[in-house]
Amino acid sequence: MIEQLPAIVLLLPLLAAPICSMIHNGDYAWYLAAASCWLAAAAAVGLMAQVWGGHTISYHMGGWPPPWGIELVIDELSALVVILVTVFAALVISALRESLRPKMRKHRHSLYYAAYLLCVASLIGITVTGDAFNVFVFLEISSLSTYALIARGRDRRALIASFRYLVMGTIGATFILISIGFMYMVTGTLNMADLAERLPALSDNRVVQASFAFFTVGVALKVAIFPLHLWLPNAYAYAPKATTAFLAATATKVSLYVLIRFLFDVYGLEFSFQQMRIDLLLIPLSIAGILIASLTAIFQTDAKKLLAWSSVGQLGYMVLGVALLNTAGLTAAIAHMFNHAMIKAGLFLALAAMIYRVSSSRLDDLAGIGRQMPLTMAAFTVLGLGLIGVPLTAGFVSKWYLISGALDKGWVPLAAMLIGSSLMALIYIGKIIDVAYFKPCKPEHAEVREISPTILIPCWVFALMSIYFGIDTRLTAGVAGRVAESLLGISS
Amino acid sequence: MLIAALGLPLLGGVLVSMQSQSPNTRDICSLVTAVLLFLLVLGFYPSVLAGNNPTLVLAEPIAGLGLKLTVEPLGLLFATVASGLWILTTIYGVGYMRGNSESNQTRFFFCFAISIAAAIGIAFAGNLLTLFVFYEMLTLATYPLVTHKGNADARRGGRTYLGILLVTSIGFFLFATLWTYAITGTLDFREGGILSGHVGPGTAMILLTMFAFGTGKAALMPFHRWLPAAMVAPTPVSALLHAVAVVKAGVFTILKISVYIFGVDFIAETGAGTIVMWAAAFTLTAASFVALTKDNLKARLAYSTVGQLSYVIVGAMLANAAGIIGATMQIAMHAMGKITLFFCAGAIYVATHKTEISQLDGLGHKMPFTFAAFFIGSLSIIGLPPMGGAWSKWFLLMGSADAGQWVLIGLLLLSSLLNIAYLLPIVGRGFFRPLPADDAAHASANTIQEAPLNCVVPLCVTATGCVALFAFGGAIYDYLLLLFPKT
Amino acid sequence: MFTALFNYWVVIVLMMAGLYIVMASGHLVKKIIGLNIFQTSVFILFISMGKVAGGTAPILKDGISVFSNPLPHVLILTAIVVGVATTALGLAIAVRIYEEYGTVEEDDIAEMDNHDQDLDIAEYQRIESGK
Repeated sequence: MIEQLPAIVLLLPLLAAPICSMIHNGDYAWYLAAASCWLAAAAAVGLMAQVWGGHTISYHMGGWPPPWGIELVIDELSALVVILVTVFAALVISALRESLRPKMRKHRHSLYYAAYLLCVASLIGITVTGDAFNVFVFLEISSLSTYALIARGRDRRALIASFRYLVMGTIGATFILISIGFMYMVTGTLNMADLAERLPALSDNRVVQASFAFFTVGVALKVAIFPLHLWLPNAYAYAPKATTAFLAATATKVSLYVLIRFLFDVYGLEFSFQQMRIDLLLIPLSIAGILIASLTAIFQTDAKKLLAWSSVGQLGYMVLGVALLNTAGLTAAIAHMFNHAMIKAGLFLALAAMIYRVSSSRLDDLAGIGRQMPLTMAAFTVLGLGLIGVPLTAGFVSKWYLISGALDKGWVPLAAMLIGSSLMALIYIGKIIDVAYFKPCKPEHAEVREISPTILIPCWVFALMSIYFGIDTRLTAGVAGRVAESLLGISS
Repeated sequence: MLIAALGLPLLGGVLVSMQSQSPNTRDICSLVTAVLLFLLVLGFYPSVLAGNNPTLVLAEPIAGLGLKLTVEPLGLLFATVASGLWILTTIYGVGYMRGNSESNQTRFFFCFAISIAAAIGIAFAGNLLTLFVFYEMLTLATYPLVTHKGNADARRGGRTYLGILLVTSIGFFLFATLWTYAITGTLDFREGGILSGHVGPGTAMILLTMFAFGTGKAALMPFHRWLPAAMVAPTPVSALLHAVAVVKAGVFTILKISVYIFGVDFIAETGAGTIVMWAAAFTLTAASFVALTKDNLKARLAYSTVGQLSYVIVGAMLANAAGIIGATMQIAMHAMGKITLFFCAGAIYVATHKTEISQLDGLGHKMPFTFAAFFIGSLSIIGLPPMGGAWSKWFLLMGSADAGQWVLIGLLLLSSLLNIAYLLPIVGRGFFRPLPADDAAHASANTIQEAPLNCVVPLCVTATGCVALFAFGGAIYDYLLLLFPKT
Repeated sequence: MFTALFNYWVVIVLMMAGLYIVMASGHLVKKIIGLNIFQTSVFILFISMGKVAGGTAPILKDGISVFSNPLPHVLILTAIVVGVATTALGLAIAVRIYEEYGTVEEDDIAEMDNHDQDLDIAEYQRIESGK
């Protein structure tokens, strides 16, 4: 049983998805979907327990050893990402039933849950697989289910957002496919460990370099690295309420995981950073992304768009951490991946609860909601403080490492810029909190009441996690630190 | 024991919040917690006097950098001041809040307790990170107190309050902290400082300047605006803000950083404190002038606080024994004096609902205790014997003389004169001017009298404290010599 | 060089043509067609890669020693399935867009969206200034 965990965590949601689509009753489908998510989450925690301390599990699908069979590889980094995906997916789906209820005809619910589960399964697949082509396939499954989820949004603009994302996402994924084809051309393998062995010898080969270029652009699109982020704000803003919480938490983070995995493990540190100097590209882009996205967020009049733009900025932090190429920076990137997923999922969920009540995410409709829905707004505030990076919240820890990373390089202006961008976060989060607590409530929302516990409890779980991981950081920064050292080839 | 010192007010806060239905139990809870905390803090003295520094690591969110509490002489003194005055503020707060029948009293006392926990955390912080954490906690916990009234004014004031404090602390203080960490690899408060030998005079000056301005709570100009803005708060809060917790936490932070991060000798050698010292000198003079122009009693006291805080900063930047001792004493002495003045202002408000100085004519006869206490508090702030404030001013002048800063001595004396000019006329109005004619009729109708006992007793106690501190000046001096093992 | 590698030239031409259509056309269905052409070019790339000159199909049978590499072909089968799914989903969304907007021209849709957005902002400003 224990040795089968890597397969179980992947197959649970993958098999539950088609079953879900066949169940006609939306409620039963929800029970199945939620149960499989929670079980997968438990399995993910079990995986983490097995690899804790820096071990690696290699699981051969169907008993076929690589390179013939498909290998699942789990180390601390992938276990952390799997926990991120499954736990947050489980928390969000717990809230999902309530938020879907009024909007969608009931028999459609099952299909919705099926798409959701497919997305979860494929994100897990991307993370645990040891096969480059599998990455592409799972990436496409996750993208396709994401497009479908987004298109179900409350507003017709969701359709356009989904379509644009589909076009850009497909181009990105096809770029990755081209890149994988090139790699296979010169190495004759698709197994990531084998690729990592054979690619360094071919570092002067132009096909390898071309594959690197295609890969970077393709993944950058998926990660939404500035300036390839254009699909993200609208996709997040118009996706159905609680779904945004799941997407914001997982999709881009998993893509970032792919980026880290390929840059450091498959192509190798020397090739990516010393020969191709990818850091020279990523650092300016991430800085521009942080500043421009944060600034744009400040000027949004729609809370959901505001948070979406903030996501672009926060992704910039993670990419910057990767590109800094030192232990502190990489620790920050990986820890922030987890922390930001948690915080942003919670924020979107709390916001979803408010939208559920007032049927709008415009700031002026949220006026005074802090008094109508005190518990939801309190959770939002706690999470917002985490996003800003107030001490004793998870956001503080990752920002601390990031700024330390910048200072370790001796880049004082960059550190100052990061502090400045935190202040920008203070402004845009402050804007929502200010509206919610201090503006008088619109008369038509005078009857608005607190949301039901099914949504409120997940919100608070996120909020409390954000505080817990600001104090006990063994799972986040601890793992991230070990992973960073092993990725950078520093033995501790 | 350390964890108890931190946990006690938190626990008290939780108990208070659970007792919202029965105000009497709730207020007794507050009071008992306050007294217990004070006794607990006193309990640290024997071991600190014996030269021990009890230490406790709470958690380690960042590898090698924990949330650490350490008791050392400077922090213990601050903790004593904060917890001691908390008792009085609680008694007074109960009287004030009930006297004015304010709403949301439970939230008020809850946040109050959290603020004190944060202040104790600041006092006992064992490294800069811990200090920063509790510093921010204090900011956030006092915010609901400042905006307690909930009207447009309160919100505007609250926004300024939060805005300046958060922006300066994140923008400068946190940045300087991280920078220090990157340079030295540690943030521990150590005797003699941690920066010495790692940085040159230029960087040291930049860092110290960032720390000083980043400590928005110390209200160095131009970051003093939040203090007058926070005057919208109920008076016990103002007392808490201006005397006990917030501003003192600010100057205490600067003092602690000067002593334990930079080291007194290091500052003296490199002259790193020059910018901050002159900024503080400017602030203390300018604030006194501004105070002269204010007719609102609390606004005048607020600007007076801005000025008095800069005395502490000047003392810290002088970087010699007399300066540091003077600065530390100033924290205690000013706390006692200023809290008296705020208690008086609050008592006047409770009894007569008057807020402007020009309305106070003749009230001294109606409220003799209040005005007498105000007089004593004023004398202490000005620095005249036989009040505690005399000692701190004396040591600060000695420190300036030791450092050869003659211009500074001139400014300190000028500011003292200004203190006289803006404080004593208030008392003069109360005692020597007649009640205004229309008000006299009014007063005879429903006689103005002293505020409730809950308000008057604390202010008499603090006024007595001002006198008592004069007597204990020597003892405090001996105690503070612990900071300078060599001299 | 041109004739020897002509299959790769075809790949490049198709790829560029496909990308151009995606970018240049405002018609959503045409965009999807462009996307398809773009993906097809990559399929051809993979298939050419696996072809061994003179090789036959990879069948385990006596007398067959030279055969094409089957793996890329298998991979591309998967990729084709993915491509078909993408096309189907894209078209489905296009249909829904047509139902909602009454057009599949990007410019027209953008105009309607901007109009909605302006209304939103106007509403916000009205309330901001009103209070």
